[in-house]
Amino acid sequence: MCLAIPGKIIELDKKKQNATVDYGSGTKRKANVSLVQVKLGDYVLVHAGFAIQVLDEKEAQETLALFREMLSLQDGDR
Amino acid sequence: MFSLRDKHLADEIVSRIAQERVHLRFMHVCGTHQDTLVKHGLDTLLQRCGVVIGQGPGCPVCVTTPREIEEAIVLASKGRTIASFGDMIRVPGVRSSLQLMKTEGCDVRTVYSIEDAVGLAEKQPEKEVVFMAVGFETTSPTTASVLLQNPPLNFSVLCCHRVIPPALQAILEMGEIKIDGFIEPGHVSTIIGVRPYEFISEQYHVPQVIAGFEPLDLLMAVWMLVRQIQQGKSIVENEYTRAVKPQGNQKAQEILSQVFEPVDMKWRGFPMIPQSGLRLRKKYEAYDARKKYEDDLRSVEKEVFSEPTGCLCGEVLRGLISSRHCPLFGHECTPQNPIGPCMVSSEGSCQIEYLYTKK
Ligand code: SF4
Repeated sequence: MCLAIPGKIIELDKKKQNATVDYGSGTKRKANVSLVQVKLGDYVLVHAGFAIQVLDEKEAQETLALFREMLSLQDGDR
Repeated sequence: MFSLRDKHLADEIVSRIAQERVHLRFMHVCGTHQDTLVKHGLDTLLQRCGVVIGQGPGCPVCVTTPREIEEAIVLASKGRTIASFGDMIRVPGVRSSLQLMKTEGCDVRTVYSIEDAVGLAEKQPEKEVVFMAVGFETTSPTTASVLLQNPPLNFSVLCCHRVIPPALQAILEMGEIKIDGFIEPGHVSTIIGVRPYEFISEQYHVPQVIAGFEPLDLLMAVWMLVRQIQQGKSIVENEYTRAVKPQGNQKAQEILSQVFEPVDMKWRGFPMIPQSGLRLRKKYEAYDARKKYEDDLRSVEKEVFSEPTGCLCGEVLRGLISSRHCPLFGHECTPQNPIGPCMVSSEGSCQIEYLYTKK
């Protein structure tokens, strides 16, 4: 039940209460965004109809590199 | 963009863990972690490297007590509309279940979100709609947010929300099993952040890593725990930095404390755990089903409830046994005919074990 799914905000109402979230492969759903501060184009984690956190795109892109660094591997290392 | 797949990196992490020649037992408290571990065979892979990982009380539906289920059943039998998440509705209670009540003509609805339950109340002003609110810190902010938006007064909440850190402490205090480290639930942590776990590492010297839900996230979290142990450290580390900020979601935290206050609460399989539950503050009493229907619920208050005969969910939830060790697993108890909540819920370790490994 703590499952939360990432998606992109493609529509946002004026009061910033409700948004349409695109989960990819054609799935779009409304989500309540009252728990987060978001703007159009942000990636959010959605749980039970509510966005619970904004995802950090930069961190996400760097996660693998960070893991390699923690394991003290060079990028080319296997 | 948010999927993490890299077979070579996974192999590398596993070989690092294997090199250390450890014998360790970790606990996580999240059905989604259990799903990743069993689905991808990481649990058996890691066991070969000397690391046993078990699920603790990390399934909100499973830890909801027979008494709370009975409260919902009583309210349904008195003609109220009961709305909750699907898994909750299917859990067998002592005499009945919400699902059975539905077949007997009671108004029981499965909803995807608390907003759907409010929608039911708005559409049918003549009905009394009660939302059975289960869930940890990932879910409780959604309840709080809705209550702050003045829902109609024919809507109320049977509050069964619980918080994770006191349950971790309870497990350590009970001392039934040795735990060398905790893998903390990523989505609970998106809300609460890092700090609420710190007292556990400080007081009990247990390392902790907050982890995401991809196989690589969990392998990395295990390696980080092993590394802490090798270095003699016990701190809270965050592996899931793309979603968990150190301070968590402060807006959600504010809303939570506006609406709820902590309360001592019993969890299935556990005694009373101090300050481990949430109840509505007095200001929101008009939406508190336990206040609103006090007279109806008086009978439930005095009753003593027992677990289903032979079901070992309590032991499973305390991490003492794995689902397979329950004699009823896969025989009398299956997802089609569940005896305990751990076989009902998609987050329960009995159901997860059954789905992926029972041929
Ligand atoms: S297998 Fe069934 S009876 Fe046994 S602990 Fe799990 S839910 Fe309970």
